[in-house]
Amino acid sequence: MPTVSVKRDLLFHALGRTYTDEEFDELCFEFGLELDEITSEKDIISREQGDTKAEGASDVILYKIDVPANRYDLLCLEGLVRGLQVFKQKMEAPRYRRVSPASSEPQRLVITEETTAVRPHAVAAVLRNITFTQERYDSFIELQEKLHQNVCRKRTLVAIGTHDLDTISGPFTYTAKPPGDIRFKPLNQAKEYTAQELMSLYKTDSHLRHYLHIIEDEAVYPVIYDSNGIVLSMPPIINGDHSKISLNTKNVFIECTATDLTKAKIVLDMMVTMFCEYCEEPFTVEEAEVVYPDGRTCQYPVLYPLTITLHESTEHIAQLLTKMCLRSEVMSDGEQIEVEIPPTRSDVIHACDIMEDAAMAYGFNNIPRTTPRTYTIANQLPLNKLSELLRQDLAAAGFTEALTFALCSQEDIADKLLKNISETRACRISNPKTAEFQVARTTLLSGLLKTVAANRKMPLPLRLFEISDVVLKDESKDVGARNNRRLCAVYYNKSPGFEVIHGLMDRVMQLLEIKPGQGNGYHIQAADDSTFFPGRCAEIFACGKSIGRLGVLHPDVINRFELTMPCSALDIDIEHFL
Amino acid sequence: MADTGLVETLLRRVEKVDGGLDSQDVATSLGVDHQAIVGAVKSLLALGDVISADQRSSKHWELTGEGCEIAEQGSHEARVVSSIPEEGMPQSQLMVEHLEDLVRDKLLLVQKGQASQLEEKEKNELKKRKLLSEVTVKSYWITKGSCFSTTITKQETELTPEMIASGSWKEKKFKPYNFEALGVAPDCGHLHPLMKVRTQFRQIFLEMGFTEMPTNNFIESSFWNFDSLFQPQQHPARDQHDTFFLSDPAQAHEFPQDYLERVRKVHSEGGFGSQGYKYDWKIEEAQKNILRTHTTAVSARMLYKLAQQEKFTPVKYFSIDRVFRNETLDATHLAEFHQIEGVVADYGLTLGDLMGILHQFFNKLGITKLRFKPAYNPYTEPSMEVFSYHEGLKKWVEVGNSGMFRPEMLLPMGLPEGVTVIAWGLSLERPTMIKYGINNIRELVGHKVNLQMVYDSPVCRLDS
Repeated sequence: MPTVSVKRDLLFHALGRTYTDEEFDELCFEFGLELDEITSEKDIISREQGDTKAEGASDVILYKIDVPANRYDLLCLEGLVRGLQVFKQKMEAPRYRRVSPASSEPQRLVITEETTAVRPHAVAAVLRNITFTQERYDSFIELQEKLHQNVCRKRTLVAIGTHDLDTISGPFTYTAKPPGDIRFKPLNQAKEYTAQELMSLYKTDSHLRHYLHIIEDEAVYPVIYDSNGIVLSMPPIINGDHSKISLNTKNVFIECTATDLTKAKIVLDMMVTMFCEYCEEPFTVEEAEVVYPDGRTCQYPVLYPLTITLHESTEHIAQLLTKMCLRSEVMSDGEQIEVEIPPTRSDVIHACDIMEDAAMAYGFNNIPRTTPRTYTIANQLPLNKLSELLRQDLAAAGFTEALTFALCSQEDIADKLLKNISETRACRISNPKTAEFQVARTTLLSGLLKTVAANRKMPLPLRLFEISDVVLKDESKDVGARNNRRLCAVYYNKSPGFEVIHGLMDRVMQLLEIKPGQGNGYHIQAADDSTFFPGRCAEIFACGKSIGRLGVLHPDVINRFELTMPCSALDIDIEHFL
Repeated sequence: MADTGLVETLLRRVEKVDGGLDSQDVATSLGVDHQAIVGAVKSLLALGDVISADQRSSKHWELTGEGCEIAEQGSHEARVVSSIPEEGMPQSQLMVEHLEDLVRDKLLLVQKGQASQLEEKEKNELKKRKLLSEVTVKSYWITKGSCFSTTITKQETELTPEMIASGSWKEKKFKPYNFEALGVAPDCGHLHPLMKVRTQFRQIFLEMGFTEMPTNNFIESSFWNFDSLFQPQQHPARDQHDTFFLSDPAQAHEFPQDYLERVRKVHSEGGFGSQGYKYDWKIEEAQKNILRTHTTAVSARMLYKLAQQEKFTPVKYFSIDRVFRNETLDATHLAEFHQIEGVVADYGLTLGDLMGILHQFFNKLGITKLRFKPAYNPYTEPSMEVFSYHEGLKKWVEVGNSGMFRPEMLLPMGLPEGVTVIAWGLSLERPTMIKYGINNIRELVGHKVNLQMVYDSPVCRLDS
């Protein structure tokens, strides 16, 4: 969930009134926002870097507001204010208009064939006669960063470039070139670099190094030139210094390059709709023409409202929707509502999204609570029912339940148990952050032994059990793996206590109504298993099938789990007893 | 039992006096150690009201080691004087006409128990010289009890089978129990507190008529975990940073083909009344195996299965099982946790129904004050965060998430139009940590659990 930080007083000024913190919190709650924190720059710095660093920092109060991940239109002060003002019926939702330039051809952005290989899409627009103030400028920069982090997926899907149009001249060319052939002075640098040099320069840049991987290994890098060969930007890494915008910029050329055209259109719409209110003619955006390699042309920004028809009839719903920036009208048949979705609401893609807005405008908490009449009979999952019943009786038998992790290191299920990883049928995780998450466990035993190790100070004996799932590779399943429900128990004391663990196994069989004996009964027979002390391990057979093992653990296993006492263990698959 | 002879002697002494006597005096007059008398008093007290004894303390003066030596051999000064040989007497000796050893005299007084004859100043001076010390003596003031007798009967400690058989218990006196002490802890096993809470949640769902879903498949394909839920392939949750992907088995290889095609279409082109996300949907992304990030993957499988029935029947499903997130770990977050999920599918379910059922569910947990905040979730619309009023914290805290599944999720499955599905979820760990007052999740879940906490944890009644 993205967090937007706005100056409280600026926000209240724009909202035309002040709120107490509680009142504002309440308003946020209704509108689906969350007032996450009330702080100041000074507070933030002193918390992160200590009081001395915070000396002299601004103590203007900041509201940090959590915004739903799909509401890109609320990522800046302008959008927040517009949304809340319309919601409080203090203003009408603006209609955004795309206009042609008054006296000339629209700006053109020509896409060349070479971009196909690396970053094929681009869209553009112009904000004409805009007036920046320091706050507006900051917000404009901040919104680009917020969009880059969210909908642009850290610039992989879309990258935004904004330029002072008066420093450059169209038509612009969006092309791709080998990195050695690109040379320009990047934003806030004193000299020119080739693209190759830039990539190594930014390797250590705390901000930009995160984006290098997007094009690093490509044969050609994307680049935008103006008609005089001046580099506007090398997306998605950096803009040129030449065309950078400032407080005095009057006309802004915005380009978005992308690997996903839909997202590029959304991002461009967001940038222009949020800031076109500062244009001489508010809420208008000057179009730009994009020329594709095949000669097709397209005008941007899209800005067309989407129309969705609701099969609902009440005038009231239409009123509610209007509160949410969704202009709505009951159609002449009186049974349907036509809803105009502004370009700011890219999150609305289905009638259900509109109905949610209607519910929000009505107030979720004003909706009467009802009880569904759905009549059903409950059923337990047989496997879980069996597990629940056995857990109770294992505790009654004097064993204490452990709850261990399903993920562990390869060492835990192999080396430490004196097994070879290849015989475990373990599923492997490709992106573990630490060794603790290398594999899904194939046995409950290692978790129990680690639990014993962490509780060595407890009085002996320790009797532990767990009934839970392990995961095994299984080709017959659609995903190639399956869970297996196991019952595992350990007895840890000064003597191995094989008879104790054996007695527990007898008790489990008794609970499952299986009598000792061959055939349909259960019996154990000596088995070889590297985890156990030689001659002290037996395989358990029930109803003719092998269901698990019990025995005294091998001293090397004891050592590897950093234990000191003898230990016996029982491990059975309970899925045989369903 | 103290020496019986001493006990009886003590009783006879008590019998003779009217008011009572001091244990210290008894010890002095009998010439025995005071501790022996204390032992006798204690064993008499244990017999009931034979005697009563009030503890009192008194101070008296005693000679230190050096003090005793002086009392015996005279003060150092006196000893120096007396050790000077008669023949060669230096001048100094002439100054001593008659040697009076005052220190020794004073110490002797104290030794005889006549310290009261000395002035406080004198005693303090001797104390400073480390010849005297003031000692606090604890003693008992012994008086007759309501059942005073000079003969004592031996008390039995426990009832025996022989006493029951012979009836001798009727004549015996039994030693009283110490009810202040704790009993012997029973030798038993214990259930894990998180599992106790799970059992209760399971019980609540069963009481409400919900059927348990088969969630015993930790490994899931991205298709069922994300795509079938209309979660776009570029969604951040599908990042390496948030989800555990598998390298072996890396891919799922079997999907219902026609359903997969409908999912592809609704993502990339829209349909079923939706604009779709309009991006290039890739089967390779859907095939990637992961550790499921939510049990909703199982709900999706169950709803798809339901949609394949010849005739739709309403269902109520629940599950409580493990889910996995490749997230940053802290005191309240682990890479795996238990998700509690409830799902109801029927014709015409409304947001009011969802709130109604959430009220009933949370009521069973003892939570009555609820309110709902609009939220965003890729596969539900509307989505609501559930907040409850925490009486202790005096504020609203989030207790769960809920919503109605999107038509883009349900219709491609083949569920009839008009069927809506409401669902909610919460974690099992959070309510358990609150219930049992645990601040660090590692003390609750995983091998670092504190077994003493498991041994000591009470039964789980969520509504009290």
